Formats: sequence, structure tokens, C-alpha cells
Amino acid sequence: MLWIDCPWCGPRPETEYRYGGEAHIARPDPAATDDAGWADYLFMRTNTKGVHAERWMHRDGCRRWFNVLRHTVSNEVLAVYPMGTPRPETPRLPGDGAEGA
Amino acid sequence: MGFRLEKSGRIDRTKPLDFTFNGRRYRGFAGDTLASALIANGTHLTSRSFKYHRPRGILTAGAEEPSALVQLGEGARTEPNLRATQVELYDGLVASGVNAWPSASCDLAAWTGRLAPLFPAGFYYKTFLWPASFWKALYEPAIRRMAGLGHAPDAPDPDSYDRMNAHCDVLVVGAGPAGIAAALAAGEAGARVVLVDEQPALGGALQGLRHRVDGVDGTEWAGAAAARLAAMPEVRVLTRTTLFGYYDHNTLSAVERRTDHLGPGRPAGTSRQRLWTIKAGRVVLATGAHERPLVFADNDRPGIMLASAAQRYVNAYAALPGERAVLFTNNDAAYEAAHDIVEAGGSVGAVVDCRPQPTAPLAPALREAGAALHTGSVIAATHGAKRVRSVTVAKLGKDGGLSRERYRIYCDSVLVSGGWSPAVHLFCQSGGRLAFEEARGVLLPGEATQALQVAGAAGGSFGLAACLAEGGAAGAEAARAAGFGDGSPPPPPPSDAPEPGAITPYWLAPGLKPLGHGKAKHMVDHQDDVTAADIRLAAREGFRSVEHVKRYTTIGMGTDQGKTANVNGLAILADTLGKTVPEVGTTTYRPPYTPVTFGALAGRDRGDLMDPVRRTAMHEWHEENGAVFEPVGQWHRPWWYPKPGEDKHAAVARECRAVREACGLLDASTLGKIEIAGPDSARLLDMVYTNAFSTLKVGRVRYGLMCGDDGMVFDDGTTARLGENRYLMTTTTGNAAHVLEWLEEWLQTEWPEMRVWCTSVTEQWATVALAGPRARDVLAAVAPALALDTESFPFMSVTEGTVAGAPARVFRISFTGELSFEINVPWHHGRHVWEALMAAGADHGITPYGTEAMHVLRAERGFIIVGQETDGTTTPQDLGMDWIVSKKKPDFLGKRAWSRADNLREDRKQLVGILTENPKEVLPEGTQLVDKPGRAPVPMIGHVSSSYMSPTLGRSIALALVRRGRARMGETVHAAPDGRFLPCTITEPVFYDPEGAKRDG
Amino acid sequence: MTKFSIFSLARNALSHHERWPEQWRSPAPKPAYDVVIIGAGGHGLATAYYLAALHGITDVAVLEKGWLGGGNTGRNTTVIRSNYLWDESAALYEHSLKLWEGLAQELNYNLMFSQRGVLNLIHNVHDLQEATRRVNANRLNAVDAELLSTDEVKAFCPILNTAPTTRYPIMGGTLQRRGGNARHDAVAWGFARAADARGVDIIQNCEVTGIDVDGGRVTGVQTTQGAIAARKVGIVVAGHSSVLAAMAGFRLPIESHPLQALVSEPLKPVLHCVIMSNGVHVYVSQSDKGELVIGAGLDPPNSYGQRGGLHTIEDQMGALVELIPIFSRVRMMRSWAGIVDVCPDASPVIGKTPVDGLYINGGWGTGGFKATPGSGWVLAHTIATGEPHPLNAPFALDRFTSGTLIDEHAAAAVAH
Repeated sequence: MLWIDCPWCGPRPETEYRYGGEAHIARPDPAATDDAGWADYLFMRTNTKGVHAERWMHRDGCRRWFNVLRHTVSNEVLAVYPMGTPRPETPRLPGDGAEGA
Repeated sequence: MGFRLEKSGRIDRTKPLDFTFNGRRYRGFAGDTLASALIANGTHLTSRSFKYHRPRGILTAGAEEPSALVQLGEGARTEPNLRATQVELYDGLVASGVNAWPSASCDLAAWTGRLAPLFPAGFYYKTFLWPASFWKALYEPAIRRMAGLGHAPDAPDPDSYDRMNAHCDVLVVGAGPAGIAAALAAGEAGARVVLVDEQPALGGALQGLRHRVDGVDGTEWAGAAAARLAAMPEVRVLTRTTLFGYYDHNTLSAVERRTDHLGPGRPAGTSRQRLWTIKAGRVVLATGAHERPLVFADNDRPGIMLASAAQRYVNAYAALPGERAVLFTNNDAAYEAAHDIVEAGGSVGAVVDCRPQPTAPLAPALREAGAALHTGSVIAATHGAKRVRSVTVAKLGKDGGLSRERYRIYCDSVLVSGGWSPAVHLFCQSGGRLAFEEARGVLLPGEATQALQVAGAAGGSFGLAACLAEGGAAGAEAARAAGFGDGSPPPPPPSDAPEPGAITPYWLAPGLKPLGHGKAKHMVDHQDDVTAADIRLAAREGFRSVEHVKRYTTIGMGTDQGKTANVNGLAILADTLGKTVPEVGTTTYRPPYTPVTFGALAGRDRGDLMDPVRRTAMHEWHEENGAVFEPVGQWHRPWWYPKPGEDKHAAVARECRAVREACGLLDASTLGKIEIAGPDSARLLDMVYTNAFSTLKVGRVRYGLMCGDDGMVFDDGTTARLGENRYLMTTTTGNAAHVLEWLEEWLQTEWPEMRVWCTSVTEQWATVALAGPRARDVLAAVAPALALDTESFPFMSVTEGTVAGAPARVFRISFTGELSFEINVPWHHGRHVWEALMAAGADHGITPYGTEAMHVLRAERGFIIVGQETDGTTTPQDLGMDWIVSKKKPDFLGKRAWSRADNLREDRKQLVGILTENPKEVLPEGTQLVDKPGRAPVPMIGHVSSSYMSPTLGRSIALALVRRGRARMGETVHAAPDGRFLPCTITEPVFYDPEGAKRDG
Repeated sequence: MTKFSIFSLARNALSHHERWPEQWRSPAPKPAYDVVIIGAGGHGLATAYYLAALHGITDVAVLEKGWLGGGNTGRNTTVIRSNYLWDESAALYEHSLKLWEGLAQELNYNLMFSQRGVLNLIHNVHDLQEATRRVNANRLNAVDAELLSTDEVKAFCPILNTAPTTRYPIMGGTLQRRGGNARHDAVAWGFARAADARGVDIIQNCEVTGIDVDGGRVTGVQTTQGAIAARKVGIVVAGHSSVLAAMAGFRLPIESHPLQALVSEPLKPVLHCVIMSNGVHVYVSQSDKGELVIGAGLDPPNSYGQRGGLHTIEDQMGALVELIPIFSRVRMMRSWAGIVDVCPDASPVIGKTPVDGLYINGGWGTGGFKATPGSGWVLAHTIATGEPHPLNAPFALDRFTSGTLIDEHAAAAVAH
């Protein structure tokens, strides 16, 4: 059971949240995006083994979305930060794998 | 009760308990386990082994027991595969050994043992291959019958289970000396502490020893500590509770056995077991250690047990393991067990120590008591059928093999000790790595990855003084880390136990014949009958990874997860490969530490509590009026309302006719309702629907389709503009929560600049759909103040007013094609308004109708149902709903995807109507369509998504998705339900009132 | 290769089983191979086997970072069936099922492939519509399928609680009698032994740390045992597809999740088929050893941790005990997790990549085991010929650009 620190409600168990997948995937301008670009936006994921920027929503609480940096091997949570803000710098941890393209 | 000692032990001699084992009646005492009571009665043979059906007895005195597995109880409460060493005795207990028929003593399947040479590790991968058809018919059923241990009950469980959550600063696992010291230290520092132990009382290893702590008997000290802990308000002690799982973020799971020890005396209404989920700030693992056996020839006969187990049976249960024991050891500590047996009045015939020059301090005392000391020697063979009767002791030669010096020693019990293995299971589950210490042959906790400390024997400190000191220090430090106290350890209480003494790891004693020759078996894993020869065979065949050996031989894969077997197995494998244990690696310990009932894991999530049942405000009325209910998501909706003598078909036909000819009433409360407010509401709706909502006038209603950005339809519904910046959206019943999350997600993550608030009001408004040509008359009767004429209240508009005295929002929308009003009233007025409408409609032939009639009526009119006409691969264009896709809006969700190659294909499946040649034939929904009949494989061109007998048309109708369907109007295709091919015609998907003339009544 | 049989067992019994040869060699890697397969799970080993057996390509290395068969092959719940909705899926899985039906004899290894029937339960009208659609499609695709009534479900599996009073009553089921289970480890070992016998080098404890690409073409791999050149490379690493793809510079439509499974203590035979319920999320069968083998749902967060939370299992158990009440006092003996690579359409990616000579087979989600032989068969064809076989052509990576998904979510059948 992961415990995620909701910025509004405090630490709560994973079961109260909805997991929202990879963070920082902005919806591109449809008019300026080709099919491959659209597929990239819809489907392609970095799927990082290591520190992963991802979105969570406190479904059974404040229903707010926010971003989390979590290590996808150890499950260690390294940062919680608001939607729309850039990914914070974190030290690379031992066991960090490829960050992907 | 020949082997019950007169004195000593912690049993209650004033409470005798009668029990039955393997069909024989016995007597024990309160405080006994099933195993201790059997030993006290001189019974060691309990069951048969998994593969070879070898006679098996009691090896241990605890959770690590691999052999003495029993089927406990009878009937609905029977439970398979319990360890006799953990079953607390109660009056009337009935149990039998597993895997034996008719009994452990006379087991007909014992022939498998005689064929053992044909059954080495993995034999089944090499045979049963010919002829191929025999596998299913003969070989596999036979294997399945032979496999398995105990049996599942054949009736539902009469007991209940529940769950609890606990939060604490410090969780201490294990209430032996280290755990008690830790809990006391943390508790005294003021931390919230939970102390968990699987035994009925605190004390752990102290229960089996005779040592003194703080000047009193160890168990007395533990009892006093229990009293001190009980007096601390922030400390919770859970006994008979096994902490079985260590999960991420210091979340741990334990199961508390609340009534099992009471047997038939269990109080009614108390849950049998309770699953604890504990969120801990810090964890102190004081889980102790398991003694491990030595591996020697035929080391699995009943009567052979761990030295510490024998010691515990004598000291805690006053049960002597036999008349004459032999100790076989590689370490000093085990001498204490033999010494305790002598002190208790038993006899030890010999001590066999594989070390050439052991220095055990207790050796002289044992010799004095009559034990012959055989140093540099091993047990090379054991003898006896269902109980060990003698052993052959042989001196080791210089090469480590047997010399010719041999002795036959008669005995009825053998105490073995190969040293101790720290119980690192939970540490390993927590993500921690293990490190191997060569000197003592132990796997120790290495670096931790979670907030935990290890104390006492779990960390390799086997001495009592060290356990007490480490426990106190760990408890104080854990409390400090959680914000309590300064972390300075309390002074440890004095104790009188000697240091654990020397040990020389010893992994495999030679037998009289080379390993794997002859009948003797060097058992490594007693439960799965894995021998040292099996491990060698696996290595020989190329299985060199420890995980391969585990899987090929099944070592460590039994119900005990190899607690007594793994380290021996590892060392034997390493030796075979000429490697060190760290080079070979270790397998991972997985949850649970000991098995956990499914019932406890399920808790109260049974029956109606498995998933909430949602009911509308009118639910009781539906029940009172005979409705048959359909589960839709969590909701129960009226399906149809049969009158006496009516079947489904008749009831649905009557309901449909009523709506078409008079009026009907549908409970539509379950549709999702979302209020959308804020200055950017119109912008949001323009983005999430395919059509425009910014152009919708206040007071008007529009139908919308919602797509994902992949262009596929995922919801539909009507949305009303209640004010300039306020809308009420409706969703499908099943998708209500999902749509709300969808809107919130876009608002918060992609369009945070939009000022919009979304609120679910599904359960605030009860909704009644009043439909049919007489609907206006009925509504007028209960809402005299509402202007209902078409001019003042046109189709696709909303008004507010009073209906049957309740404040109401009334929508003029129609899912049936008839004149229709959807009346929304506050939830608690739902039933009243429903009944008022029923009363007002009585003269008009009003009829309640359910979801089935609703489906028929909407299909006649050609309205889709999302999830039925769509399946996640369907676009608005596929549905022929281009009319609802805006050409003007520059962007909305879904639009971009439609210009991808697949969406431009001309042979996409499109929504059409299907009429069977035979008007009485109602195709099953899901029927596939083909162009031409034929033998499979036949190419399919689509499928029937909706299909009904239409009472209005007097024939069957269907909707279908068909490849290029829109271009094939009038063509004949074939429906292929259950092997038949039925000709059908493709039609427009609207069968009734295509002009929409009926909607105004 | 020593032929395995009761006779070889008896013969070896006379020599105390001391003369069994290795089932496969443990060679050191050569500097170069025609084909390198990354990943010695069932799919990778099957690929190597079929390359050698059907295409005559034997200069093949299978590289494995741990021990062969140690990934999802050794962690799954071994359900085998082919009753998929879409033509493309049905063709691929049915081809696989047909291979299963003769595989033990072909490999001379008892895979304990047991066609005891896979029963999918129906709990509501929507399930019934979906099940009917799927059963009819299966039959027209020549895949065996039956639609059962509630009474027929009860007759086929009497321990199911078919009472109408349960929370989600059983309204029927679909049955594929040719479906069933196999012994997962044996599949990896059987393919390994047969591939090794045909000259394939299986190199364990050899982790790929980089993929060499020159001018858009793969030239080899970097490993913990040194550089290995190769003309063609196949990535067959369930649970790490994205990590390997990143080494070659592209991304995949894949997210990795823990999938938990558990077994009960061994019991005498009590369940004689595979039970699956999409509605209440349960699948359960009983192994030949007697353990109930139970799959849980995915844990939602991305993870490479091979760990899940107990809450997922708790949910599972509520549903299981509701379906089969006599299991309440049975006990969970061991639980574990694998990492599954999930594609958005719940269908795999098998074929070419943006890098010439580099092929991928992944994204099987929770359902890859059943496809093991078929998947290896089509990937071997693709690698050998440079072009996909018609069976795997629809599963190309570019379907995500064109939109031609094979959306098995639409079928709503649990993809196990």
C-alpha cells in the first residue's frame, strides 16, 4: 500500500486516489500535429524505470490533481508538486534505469 | 499419558481436555497445542509426506513446522493443512493427519515410497508423454488425486471475518525478549506502540527456556511486562496475531485469530479472524530465529525433532519427546536442550557432535547423566518404521566421509540442531537485502529500505542478554525517530542465560551409501520430500540458479515456505556447484509469513457488502409492485413489472404498448447528473462534446456525444442550460462517476484557466420519466401551475415549478419517441411524486415500465445506448450521427483522431437496422452477421447490438454494426446465431416515427 | 538430446540418476551471432526454438539478465485459451493453442498442458451481450466456444455459488473446452532444452545494457558480459519493453504495472476447470500440485518493483469467496507479482521497430503466457524473413498511428 501525501489532505493510502499516469504530457495543438504526433500524445509513454513524474487525483478526498515524483522500483516518493509546475530537480538514485527518450 | 511430566510446564493441569486424533481419543490439558498433547501421549506419527507418503511426525514446535500437517475439524468448519504445532487444544477437538488414507498409520499410497527411485526431482517433466491422449484421460487425473494435502470444506463457511486499521509510531513484531524490551522502551518514551505476536502469551523463546530475567523466571518476567504494557494507554498488544506481510511505505498486515482456540466454545457474533492493516512510523522486527535441522540419512522419521522443539515441549508443555533421546548437533547451544530433558527426568543416550573437538560447557553434565559423547561423528542412518527406534552413529574420517567406526544406538527420539536461521522473512518482504555470514552459516538482514530496525535473534544475536539489550535500544531508537524520547536505551534487565556458544556449520552428513543410492533419503525439505540428491540432480541437469533449483525440486515451495529447509538447501547447492552461498544467491521470501485464510482477506466484503447496492428513492415502491430488478453497475433498476401470470415477454409488451398508446412511468433516477457552473462552462462543454453548447439558449436542452481524444464515443446524454453560466449534464448510468472525473481532469490538468465547477447531483434529484400521448394530461393534473403546451414548453427545453407539491425541474426530452417529461424532484420527494403521478394517471392507463421496455422503445425509435451500440471502437460517424459533430468548432476532444487512416476507411462498421426474414425471430444480441452462410471459418461483417420483439411493429427489430452498412441499405445478409444462418435485410436504424411526429403528443 | 520417457527414467534410476546430462549448456557468449534474442522467457526461447527448428537459423543467442524463465513466464497463472473477440486476436491465439496441443511431444518435455476448460462467467445483461457476441464470433472463426446457462454452469462447476441471492448473480457463462493450463516453468525449460539441442546459445546472467545502432540499423548489443554483434536483434522482455526500447531510442505505447497472483495451500482436487469472471474480477484454477492459483487485478501505478499491495488481493478474495463460498477457510500460501507491459488496446506489439533489423515482441499485458508458442512462431518468421507473418501483421507498432487498434477492451473479456 502506497501512502501519497496529498497537498491538501495530508498522507492518505493509495486506495483513496486515482492514478493518472505519466505527467507533463500536454495536449498538442491538433491542427499542428500529424498522425504520428497525435499517436505520441495519445499512446506513447516514457514508462520510466527509475524516478517517474506522474499524476494522482485524491478521488475520495479533495478530488484535486497533483504531480508526484516516485521511484518505480522502490516506490519511494521524492516530491509532490502542483499541476502546471515543472518537474523538480531530484538527485538520481541508485538503481535508476533509463529515463527513456 | 505416559510422557507427561509430573511437574513443570505452563499447562493447566486442572483443565483436562479430550480430543480425537486420527480416530483415537486422547487427553491433554489447557495450554497444550495439538502437537504437545500428542507428544505427551507418546504419539509422534501424524501424517504422510507429500510425494513418497513417508511416515511423518512432529519436527518443530512452531510456525516453521513442515511435517505435522493436520485436517482440523469436520463439516463446514473443517480446515486443511494446519500445523499441529500451532493448533491450540480445546475440548472436543477432532483432527487427522493429511495425505494419508485410510490413516497415517496404514496408508495405502505408501507404495509411492517404494517406487521412489523412479520419482526423482522433476520426474514428471520427463514422462507421461506417451501416448499423448493418456495425459488428460489417465495420467493427470491420477497425479491430481495423489497430490494435494488436506481437503477444502464442502459447505460454506459459517464464520465471519472482519478488518481493522491501526496507525502507530512504533510497530514491534514478535514478543520474545527483544520484542518485549523494544515495546517497553518505545512505550515508556510515549510513542503509540503496537506489539504483535503469534502466540497466546508474550515471551517467545522464553516460553521454551528455563532462564531467569530480572531475577524471575523468564515467562514470569514476560507476564509482568504484559501487565506493564497493558497499563500504557498508547500501547496495543495483539496476541494470537501473525504479522504476515510487510508491504510498501511501512504498511503491514496481520491476522488475529480470535476464536479458533475456543473450538465449539466460540462466542456467537464474534468474528473468527480479523485482518489488521497497520501503518507504522517505525517498525522493530524482533521475529526471532528458527532452528534448522541437520541433513542426514532418513532424517525424517517420526520421533526426530529439533532440539529446541524438544526443549520447548519439556519446559513449556511438560511433554517428554521419548524415553531415550539422542542429540545430533553441530553447536553448543543445543546441549542445553538435552540438558533440560535430563533435568526434567528424561534420558539422553548419546550426544553426536559432528565437530571433532566440541567445547560445549554442558557436555560434562550430560556425560554425567549417562549420555555417551560421540564427537567428530554423525548419524549415518536411522531405523524404525513409523517411529525412530535406533540410529547408526559413525565417526567421520579425515576426508569428511564415514570411517569404519560405527555404533548402533537405541532411542525413540532424536534431537537435531544445525544452528539457527534468523526469521528474516518480513525483512526480506520489506525490500531489504540479505547477507550471508559464513562463520555461523546464517542469512542476516543487510541494508534496509524501509523505516525499520531489526533486534535480537532476527538479526543474528542469539544470546538472551543481547536480545534484551538490542530490543530496548531498538525500541528507544524507533521511538526517537518517531519523535518520542531521546533514544537513549534503557538499562537491559539482567538475565542468567549463557552466551550461545560455538557452532561449526555442517550441511550434509554422509549416509551408509553414496547420496542417492539405496533407499535412504537425506531430506532437506520435509514437506515436499526434497532430498539432497534431488538438489544435486537439479544442478547436474543445468538448473544452477537457486530459483531454478527451487522450482525444479520444489524446495521451499510448501506451506512452510521452506523455513527449515532453505538455508540447508542453499548450502548444499553451493557445495555442489563449488561456489559460496552468496554466489549462489537466495530466493525471495514472499508474503504471507504463514498462510492466511481467504475468509480473513475477504473480511466483510461478502454478499451485499461485496459492493454497495445503490437504490433509488422509489425502490420500495418498485418492490411492492412486483418489479423484477436488473443490476446496472451498482444500481438495481426495475427491469419489468410482471402482473400475475405474465412472463417477461408479455409484461414488456404491455408496458411498451402503454407508453405508445397512453402513458408510462420510468424511474430514471440512476442517470448521472452533473451541475456545471462558472463563467467558462460553455467553453468546457464545447470542448468535451462533439457539438456546440455555447450556442444553446438558456432554458433549452441539447443532446450531446462525448468522445475521447482517440475519437471514440464513450458517453452521451442531454445537457440543459439552466442559466448563462450554469448547465445540468446527464450521463449514462454506468458512466456517471467516470464522466465527472473526466471533466475534472481536463479542467485541472489541461485547462486550469477555465473557471468551471462540476458537482455530481445524481443522488440529489430523483427522476421520473413520464412518457406517452397522455403524459401532458397526467402531468397537468399534479402540476396545475406549469404551462405544458408545446408553445410555452417546447421539445428540448426545461422549466422549473411545482409537481405534486414538490419543487421540480421538468425537462421535455424523450428517449421513447413519445411526448415525454422528465421530472426531477429532490430525492426524498421521489416516491411521493411517483405515487402522485400514478394516481393522477390512473384514469389515463398509466403504467410503470422498466428498463427492458425502455430499451425496446428507444430501439424502435433508433436511439443508441452507449456501451451497447458502441464498444470503444465506435465513432459518431460510425453511428450515422455526423449531424451532431460540429463542423464549425476549431477543436474539441475527438476531432483530431478522425482524420487518421483507420477512421477514413470506407469499410468501417456502421450502425444500421436489421430485419429478419422471419418476423417472429428475435436474434440474440451479439449475433454475428455474415454475407454468405458456410462452414467455419466464415468472414464476419458485423454484429447485432440490440434486438427485440417490437410490440409496436408486431415484429422483431434489431440494430447492428455492419461493415459499409450505410451503403448497403436493402441488401440481404445472414445472421448466424448458434450455428444457424438466417437471412435478414439491412434497413435504416429507425423503425418508428422517423419524422419525430409523436414527440409533441 | 536424451529422449525423456519412462524408459529413460527407469534406466537412469539404475545409475541413481547420476548420468542425466544437462538440459541445456551454459556457454560463454560468442562475439557475434546472426540473431540475438534479448530475454529468455517463454516467448524469447520459443522464438529461438522456431528460428532453429523451422527457419534453419541456429546461430542464435538468447540473452537473459537473470535466470531463464524467471520473468513473467515463471510468475503467471498459466491460463490458456483462444476465445478472443476480434478476428486478428482469435487467429493469433488459436494458432498458439494449436501449437500447444502438440507441444509436449514436439519438445519431448511434459508441459502438463491440461485442456480442462476455461469458463468465463456472466453476471449481467451487458456481459451476456458481450459473451454472445464473442461465442458467435469464435464459432465463425472455428474456435470452440459454448454459451452456458446458469444451470449448465452449475453442472460444469458445482462449487460455484449460482444462487440468485449473491451480489452479482451468475447468469451463465462461456466455455472453451480446449482451454486450460500448463506448467509455466516447464514451458521455458522445454523450449530452452529443445533450442539448445539445435545449437542456440542460452546465456544467463547476461544483462543487455545498450543496443548498438549504426545508420538506423541495429548492429549488436552491449551486455554485462561484453559486446555482442548481431545482424538481427529481437526484444522479448515482458516487463521491460520500454527500457529496452529506450536503449534503441524509441518509445512504446506501453505502461508497466505489477500484476499480483497467489496460490493456496495444496488441496485434494476440488476445482476441475479454470474459472474467470470479468464482472467481479476473479480467475482461479487448481494446479496439478493441488494449489488454487488465483490472479488479482493490476495495481494501477506504473511499477517495475515486482510488488503490489495487499488491498488488491483483499478485493480479489471478497469476489472469490462470494463466487465459491467453500474456499473461505482455504489459505493463501504465497503471493507474488510480475510486471506486465500493457498496451492501450490490450493487444501486443509484434513486429518491426523504427530501427532496421530490430524487432520487438511485447505489450501482452496480463495475457501473454497462452500465446507463448504462437508468439515465438510469428516472431521467428518475422525475424527470419524480415517481414511479419499475416498472423502478426495486424499487431504492428504503426497501428497506433493509423488508429487500427485491436481493442480487446471492447471485447470486455478479461485478457488473461
